[in-house]
Amino acid sequence: MLFSKKVNAAGAIVATSALVLGAVGLGTTAANAATTITVATVNNGNMKDMESLKGEFEKANPGITVKFQVLEEGDLRAKVTTDIATGGGAYDVITIGAYEVPMWGADKKLVDLTADLADPAYDVKDILPPVRAALSVKGKQYAVPFYGESSILMYNKDILKAKGITMPNKPTWQQVADIAKKVKTSKTAGICMRGKPGWGDLFAPLTTVVQTFGGSWYDMKWNAQVNAKPFVEAVTFYKNLLDTAGEKDPVSYSFNECLTSLKEKKSAMWVDASVAASMLEAKDSPVAGHMGYVHAPVYKTKESGWLWSWNLAVPASTKQKDAAVKFVKWATSKEYHQLVGKTLGWASVPPGARTSTYSIPEYKKAASAFAKITLEVMSSVNPKQPGLNPQPWTGIQFVAIPEFQDVGNKVAQLVADALAGRKTVKAALDAGQKIAQAAGNKHK
Amino acid sequence: MSTAITKVGKAAKLSPDAKRKAWVARSLILPALIFGIVLTQIPFLTTIGYSLFTWNLMYPDDIHFAGIDNFVNVFTMGELVPSIFATVLITTAAVVLSLLLGLFFAILLDRKFFGQGIARTLMITPFLVMPAAASLIWKYSMFDTNIGILNWLNSVFGLPVISWSTDLPLLTVIIVLTWQYTPFMMLILLAGLQSQSREVLEAASVDGSGIFRTFQWITLPHLRQYIEIATLLGTIMLLQVFDPIAIMTKGTGDTKTLAYLLYERAFIGLDVGEAAAYGVVTVILTMITATIALRTVFKVFMAGGAR
Repeated sequence: MLFSKKVNAAGAIVATSALVLGAVGLGTTAANAATTITVATVNNGNMKDMESLKGEFEKANPGITVKFQVLEEGDLRAKVTTDIATGGGAYDVITIGAYEVPMWGADKKLVDLTADLADPAYDVKDILPPVRAALSVKGKQYAVPFYGESSILMYNKDILKAKGITMPNKPTWQQVADIAKKVKTSKTAGICMRGKPGWGDLFAPLTTVVQTFGGSWYDMKWNAQVNAKPFVEAVTFYKNLLDTAGEKDPVSYSFNECLTSLKEKKSAMWVDASVAASMLEAKDSPVAGHMGYVHAPVYKTKESGWLWSWNLAVPASTKQKDAAVKFVKWATSKEYHQLVGKTLGWASVPPGARTSTYSIPEYKKAASAFAKITLEVMSSVNPKQPGLNPQPWTGIQFVAIPEFQDVGNKVAQLVADALAGRKTVKAALDAGQKIAQAAGNKHK
Repeated sequence: MSTAITKVGKAAKLSPDAKRKAWVARSLILPALIFGIVLTQIPFLTTIGYSLFTWNLMYPDDIHFAGIDNFVNVFTMGELVPSIFATVLITTAAVVLSLLLGLFFAILLDRKFFGQGIARTLMITPFLVMPAAASLIWKYSMFDTNIGILNWLNSVFGLPVISWSTDLPLLTVIIVLTWQYTPFMMLILLAGLQSQSREVLEAASVDGSGIFRTFQWITLPHLRQYIEIATLLGTIMLLQVFDPIAIMTKGTGDTKTLAYLLYERAFIGLDVGEAAAYGVVTVILTMITATIALRTVFKVFMAGGAR
């Protein structure tokens, strides 16, 4: 036991050596100010806005200095995971996804924020209920959403109109597949769907398809369901959809590639993150004003949008808990949304976090094309049971177990082989079943 | 017994002054030696240590001694052998192709013509591009189904559009690597060509030997040791290939090389123990390969003149 602790400590030293270097720099500034908190965040536009507005927080809270570490998503995940795993304490506020919150919350690696958020001025009930549910474990909330998203179907109105097709507000996958075949030409794909192997790439939309087809990764007893009939049907449908009307080289396509394809009018439709709508409607987008947005297609369920949020949380290893909580509340408050709107423009307000955001007149105007549908989908998805059958975890397009990154990644590689025709869907998923079951056994 | 005596005798013959000098020399070299040992051996020993533990970053509270469990996993999970196969296949194909192309371009460049310097610099450029950048350039401007040059050419000739990364992942990776390493091979072979004795070539031509005969019987034997070194160095560098796989194929379709597999275990599986075990196995395999390869190098250097 002692030996294992020593190795643990050695590991902490080696793995966090970069963080230690950061902490040295931190120490010198701490001498000047009373309290310095370090915020680790991902390099998305909304988070960079938060960094640019930190001066307002420091002004309102004299004695607290905020330092930002803005990182690429993959780097952020690796660094924060290492810091949490080793209890390094390099960060006072971390930005984490909806996937990590329930796991780290249950492990007591995060500070329980329930009591601090009860403050009536903060109005915690204003946070979108499905998002709040996804960030809570046994009634205790461990993180607050900075922004959230669901998935929606985006389509080019001009292309569909030219064929005389109208898109229903809640289409089924069969309707979408038919439309995709009709609007497809040799130069334009009917639909763009992610195919890049990875748990967060291909399997984000594909898991929602599996769920609406009645399948799931696991049943209530953690038996893997990867080669069960609905899962196979869903993947076969996805493959056929890509083969008959999808983009040509699916393994190369994920969020950014599909976004470009839609902007260049090389694809007529796209089911992906709702946050894409704001990019398609941006000033420099050639398709701005030409896009339509409806609910993600369904088959057997009522809704099949996913639920993702980037959240602020306070690691249990922090030494500046009060200041950190203060910052988390400030950055997710109604006042912050007003501040962003007034200083940086209303289209930059973080979406999908607070219901009240959607009743700000200026925001409604700036995001008129997609605000309504985003709120509608985000308040109707159910992270506790997104599919037909109950599941033992909270979350929609992922399984909230530590092994899922790995399982999702391996199965995605097998599915990519099936998409390319090197394997049959059944053979790929039979192999995937074994991988998923090995991980499921650890949770029985 | 006798050797020990002669050694003692020799040591006794050294004057105190020489002894002191020897110690100064030793102590001067010591910091560098210690630094070298620390820098190269400690990480390796740590890796061996980690490989004996069950340690997944996602389970920070469950770290325990696992014995050889991780190694059992490495050999029974069925990922190691396909990965070795993929590594060997990609490395061999890329080395052979870039060697042939490199030879071709080296011969073209081995003559006086206007703008030779510029042509040579342009030919070397692919090797100077960062591997990740090269892969991105190929992904978007060459292989892309909408805007890629290769598929544009296909459409000009009325050929079907090719989904490179999806349908031909292995070929995709090999093409990018060949593009990158051809200049490297070319440089070494060009040096070989330019060190050829002009008199011998002249003599051959006087004797009535044509271009092809001269190449086959004089140039090629002369180039042999250069080809061997180019192959060896190219193989060492290509064995670690990672970028085009991470950027374009994500390890699908037999492109999961050892380097990429290791990355997946460590950064997607977050399994420190298992990744370390893969690392140890890779090092052992590399050591075996390198020992054989290095012997070949010494043969090239020592027996080069004799052949």
